[in-house]
Amino acid sequence: MGGEWANWLGPAEWQAVRLSLRVSFWATICSLPLGVLVAYALARWDFWGKQVLNGLVHLPLILPPVVTGYLLLMVFGRRGAVGQFLDQWFGIVLSFRWTGAAVAAAIMACPLMVRAIRLAIEAVDPKLEAAASTLGASKLWVFATVTLPLILSGIIAGAILAFAKAIGEFGATITFVSNIPGQTQTIPSAIYAFLQVPGGESAASRLVIIAVVIAMTALVVSEVLARRVARRVAGS
Amino acid sequence: MTLSIAIQHRFKGFALDVNFDAPPGVTVLFGPSGSGKTTLINAVAGLLRPDSGRIAAGDWVLMDTQARRFLPPHRRRLGYIFQEGRLFPHLSVRQNLAYGRWFAPRYARSEPMAHVVDMLGIGHLLDRRPGALSGGEKQRVAIGRALLAAPKLILADEPLAALDEGRKAEILPYFERLRDEVSVPIVYVSHSPAEVARLATTVVALKGGKVAAIGPAAQVLGDVGAVGARGAASVIRARVVAHHDDGLTELATAAGALWLPRLDGAPGAAIRLRIAAHDVILSRDRPQGLSALNILAGTIRDIHLGNGPGALVTLAFGDDTLTARITRRSATILGLAPGQTCHAVLKSVATAPEDVGTLRQHSTDRAPD
Repeated sequence: MGGEWANWLGPAEWQAVRLSLRVSFWATICSLPLGVLVAYALARWDFWGKQVLNGLVHLPLILPPVVTGYLLLMVFGRRGAVGQFLDQWFGIVLSFRWTGAAVAAAIMACPLMVRAIRLAIEAVDPKLEAAASTLGASKLWVFATVTLPLILSGIIAGAILAFAKAIGEFGATITFVSNIPGQTQTIPSAIYAFLQVPGGESAASRLVIIAVVIAMTALVVSEVLARRVARRVAGS
Repeated sequence: MTLSIAIQHRFKGFALDVNFDAPPGVTVLFGPSGSGKTTLINAVAGLLRPDSGRIAAGDWVLMDTQARRFLPPHRRRLGYIFQEGRLFPHLSVRQNLAYGRWFAPRYARSEPMAHVVDMLGIGHLLDRRPGALSGGEKQRVAIGRALLAAPKLILADEPLAALDEGRKAEILPYFERLRDEVSVPIVYVSHSPAEVARLATTVVALKGGKVAAIGPAAQVLGDVGAVGARGAASVIRARVVAHHDDGLTELATAAGALWLPRLDGAPGAAIRLRIAAHDVILSRDRPQGLSALNILAGTIRDIHLGNGPGALVTLAFGDDTLTARITRRSATILGLAPGQTCHAVLKSVATAPEDVGTLRQHSTDRAPD
């Protein structure tokens, strides 16, 4: 089986698939804690600049991805404010590396993730959390023992959506980290590259099939989990 | 442990301003919706932060704005029983019961789980999820969860309001046992005179965010200013004498024998009866040839004339009083006046079972903790 699969895809295509999975995995994992925090803040806290934060989180959804990529380049590029700092002090370079692709994917996937988690948090009755606090649980314990279990499926659903979005990210990635095979060439970039050369259609179409399968699987799984969240909060 | 509450709080057109001390036992916050009961109990719980004031149980200060002290709810050692149960839907009944216990200090976990489970009759529910429980079962689990948190203060916010009459009758005895067996102060919010009469050591009648009356149940429930003429009722103490074959139970009161449909208490048991003022008829002479069985003779202590056509006449028998709501016209025709001897007539069916509670004197020297 494994052998047939390996033969079905050429080495360059395999490379793109592996890179895409790696980029999306790390983009999802690293943005998850921040996503939960932002979603919780938006759902539960009242603070100055809440609307600004909300707008910032949703910005990548409405900005042209190329613009987001360009902004990333300005900020995180070798000459960018943050990029220069990271390079000098930690030796971390994001531009034109797979790590940069992961940053771009994380930022583009952020609105979807935060939205899913925020909806889950808003479905949790604050009265349950109040009840937990009267029983002796501090704020952190309330979150760990009541809020988190009740929104867990929502978090997983959000993470899967973010993962699927990260797999498909193209505009911001190609602008920020370019299209270097083995380094920053994810599935969408590879499809684009294959379509630029004569005879590349078959390789492109194989990647298209893989992209469709990943996206569909993610949607179905997140739908199932979202339903489980509803059932759990309803308490049956 | 005396509960001292003195707080001021205002929000959206409502101001709460109360100041009272309640002796140990069950303190019932009583009043119509919007009178500030829930605001007050949430302030005691720490779920609401009053603008100013002080709340203390004995010498344990829960909050004091002058001393800038405010204990957050999780450090108040509470057992709060909510109207809607608020069981955690993702945990089993067993886990729900263990939740507060887990946070309680180790030395305080004196109440064995098995005992509480037994007392509440929820042993067969332990492995179920709250979603699969009936309203009454949920509320019993909620009581158990609160008790097992080893609370220093038990709070209950209309714990029976969401239940039908049958379930109420099923749960109310558990609160009586709580009052009689657990030496922890209880603050209980209710708008039901029946619950007040059965449970209260002290009644705090609230009206528009202020204390309208405070005192023992019999005193406050007879206070027209506090409960309104329609809600007026008496609480009298009685002792079960015997259960008769015709389905009636004979009770002895300070005013003589009473006959009620079969009650639960064993002969000799002390109980409290709530008798609504509109269920009592008055007669100057001892009535003859009447179908009603219960005729109590007493002395008129007070006649209260309201603005409407009604009058409230209070009779005294020893330490107990009985209030009758009659028309002002009847009071005039009968020529009623304080000091006169009068006969109160009540039909034996006039007292609903939910109005009958067990009674045990609450001794003040029973120290908590």
